[in-house]
Amino acid sequence: MNLTLLVWRQKGPGEIGNLDQYEARNVNPEMSFLEMLDVVNEDLVISGKEPIAFDHDCREGICGTCSQVINGIPHGPEEKTALCQLHMRHFKDGDTIYIEPWRARAFPVIKDLIVDRSSLDRIIQAGGYISTHTGGIPDANAILISKHDADTAMDAAECIGCGACVAACPNSSAMLFTAAKVAHLAMLPQGQVEAKMRVCLTTEAMIKEGFGNCTNHYECQAACPKGIKVSFIAKLNREFIKAFRSGRADAEPTSDVSAQE
Amino acid sequence: MILNGKCPSGPLAQKWDKHCQKLKLVSPANKRRYTIIVVGTGLAGASAAATLGELGYNVEAFCYQDSARRGHSIAAQGGINAAKNYPNDGDGIFRLFHDTIKGGDFRAREANVYRLATLSNNIIDQCVAQGVPFARDYAGYLENRSFGGAQVSRTFYARGQTGQQLLIGAYSALSRQIKAGTVRLHPRSEMLDLVVVWGKAKGITVRDMVTGEIQSYSADAVCLCTGGYSNVFCLSTNAMGANVTAAYRAYKKGAFFANPCYTQIHPTCIPVSGDYQSKLTLMSESLRNDGRVWVTRKKGDKRPPHEIPEEERDYYLERKYPSFGNLAPRDIASRSAKEVCDEGRGIGVSGYGVYLDFADAVKRLGENVIQQKYGNLFEMYERITGENAYKQPMRIYPAPHYTMGGLWVDYNLEGNIRGLFVLGEANFSDHGANRLGASALMQGLADGYFIIPYTIADYLAQIQPGEVTQDHPEFKKSREEIRVLIKRFLTINGKKTVNEFHRELGRIMWENVGMARSEESLKKALQLIPALRAEFWENVKVSGSISDLNQELEKAGRVADFLEFGELMARDALHRNESCGGHFRVEYQMPDGEAKRDDENLCYVAAWEFKGIDNEPDMHKEPLTFENIALSIRSYK
Repeated sequence: MNLTLLVWRQKGPGEIGNLDQYEARNVNPEMSFLEMLDVVNEDLVISGKEPIAFDHDCREGICGTCSQVINGIPHGPEEKTALCQLHMRHFKDGDTIYIEPWRARAFPVIKDLIVDRSSLDRIIQAGGYISTHTGGIPDANAILISKHDADTAMDAAECIGCGACVAACPNSSAMLFTAAKVAHLAMLPQGQVEAKMRVCLTTEAMIKEGFGNCTNHYECQAACPKGIKVSFIAKLNREFIKAFRSGRADAEPTSDVSAQE
Repeated sequence: MILNGKCPSGPLAQKWDKHCQKLKLVSPANKRRYTIIVVGTGLAGASAAATLGELGYNVEAFCYQDSARRGHSIAAQGGINAAKNYPNDGDGIFRLFHDTIKGGDFRAREANVYRLATLSNNIIDQCVAQGVPFARDYAGYLENRSFGGAQVSRTFYARGQTGQQLLIGAYSALSRQIKAGTVRLHPRSEMLDLVVVWGKAKGITVRDMVTGEIQSYSADAVCLCTGGYSNVFCLSTNAMGANVTAAYRAYKKGAFFANPCYTQIHPTCIPVSGDYQSKLTLMSESLRNDGRVWVTRKKGDKRPPHEIPEEERDYYLERKYPSFGNLAPRDIASRSAKEVCDEGRGIGVSGYGVYLDFADAVKRLGENVIQQKYGNLFEMYERITGENAYKQPMRIYPAPHYTMGGLWVDYNLEGNIRGLFVLGEANFSDHGANRLGASALMQGLADGYFIIPYTIADYLAQIQPGEVTQDHPEFKKSREEIRVLIKRFLTINGKKTVNEFHRELGRIMWENVGMARSEESLKKALQLIPALRAEFWENVKVSGSISDLNQELEKAGRVADFLEFGELMARDALHRNESCGGHFRVEYQMPDGEAKRDDENLCYVAAWEFKGIDNEPDMHKEPLTFENIALSIRSYK
């Protein structure tokens, strides 16, 4: 099949970008979307033009690197599918496809379709972990966890940190991302000790990074390649209220740092 | 030169403990005076950086990805082994050790493997404490399943995303240290050179992949945790960015490369569908617990699978290996698939595929149970192929997956260059000639969490912190060399893309240095690779500029190294006149087609020393001795 692509090209951060048109010819329906772009890029290189820069790595839907908005939908039209797992059999001959980067204040464009998502890492760095030391810990079966709780924690932990939830949200909120981490650890007994501090620190970081608020559009859940549910945002809110009610004293970031020294 | 692995003496079970007691320490107050570079943030790198940072060292961590949560360890699906013996089915440290040595076809060091088996139990404890949501039963205890090459259930798992969950655990620990200020992370940074001063590793040169800037970093020790080299085959299950560059450039600076010919071809991957294909997708080995592998008995039988009656199917693994059946080790399962396809009994359009059939399991357990166990894998299969594996068998074929070879290290994980430590898949140490399933995660984390913190201290205690800084002329020289190399790529301005060269190299490697190798095919590869390399340097086209984000330039550097490294692999495979594990030489096989080792002459590690691009490398041997397991013919019948 033959396709017309309208691709966001932007030389660098802060530069003005625009949609350039490219023709993708003889596209095989068995190709993945990124393989189709590989072929377009090879033609660009041979004809002396700069290929389209885009992030990708594992190409099996787990590393969370790929990040493109296809016809207005992060990761494209297929449900629970990262872009690298989207195949061309879902398109038809003559289609026009718009390809854009994640757009959010907290994700500045680096080049073309590549954005800077380090803001998500900083949310985790703020407190999205259990402060375990290496070594000096009890036997794995000393902590019993109900199957239900372990499964629910896993549902949240499946987040691949791609940022599609942010790209899909009209407010560019990172609420689903943050909620997935908070809920994953709050479901587990090991995560209880720091639960209040964790929810405060991570949500604080989320706001500081310039992500918006949640106004219940559910676009994040629809875009999530791992199908992470907005019910985890409700869990985040409950965790937040619990922390708020007990006072913020144990939520001061300094207590964590000084504990380490 | 005969290499010394420096394995401690004494009874096997006490070696590591005794060794730890003898290793020198760095006092808590002095640790912060030492800087350690960690390259790579997969399981080995992230766990090492986090642990060393927590101990109080200054850690500089580097990765080519945009985040430390994306190393390719993340893609490991099935699980992680440990000798916990929770199911009470007869497992134990010695058995895990035994299975790993045997699975590796008696080409690994006993002392290393025993240590790995011992530490496997600590890893599970560590990961649970971090909040890794392993699968549990209704009473709240951890679940286990079985994997290839073992007759016990010792594999812990988190659905089909065990690697992801373990990596997120290590990434969390790393994030905590980044916040604490002990680790400085440099994402989107690619290591392009190792800097060696007075015979010691003292730093690296990296390219900032966003600005194109070439920078050097000095340190007291360097840990390479940069993964394997399966992408030398172009099509593999590795991530697109996975490469040999860090390890290979260290090799060019004098580090020995051990057993490069030991590559693992994973038996259950989705078959190739066309020329444009960029990578191959693995379907977890755990599927072989319930799936049955078969092809038709007749050649060229193109009927759809449901029309082929039971008696016309050949369940060849169950037929050939009745006691292990579909769970025969990876090298054996892969080679058997190749054999039946070469006989013309392969399935699918290309004839290079076999069926992995769940019909019996669905009948026995119900679709629900299968969905709970493997739901995400079935979904992934459907996304890629458009086929529903609950209704029709999966089509699978072997693909390059893991590389047992790597930089040579001693028992302390230190290379022949002092101060250069190599962890995880990047080293050669623990899997011999073939790795068993669910052992890679185990090794990466054992190296990072529990071995390197002990052994690196012993080295650091013997040197002065900061004895070399970036002002040393070696750093300037390294940066200059890298700048010249990069400029050279951009000035060739030929007619073929980097991808074209990579695909061509991949074809040469797959056909001649792949699953079945012969003296003839290897000699052919040794002709073809240098010719292709020469063409690359005359005719490659790399677009863009030096001082910019330039993905073509990144690929060019990696493919240029593969074009040299492929030759080293072929040379190693040609010298190893035996078949063992993942290295199968057609001249050396038993009457029934099994691998035939030559323990008399080849029971050693071959470590290669770089002597110039157009010169043959020197080979050094490290003899392997087996004191606790008798060298025997590996049998899974």
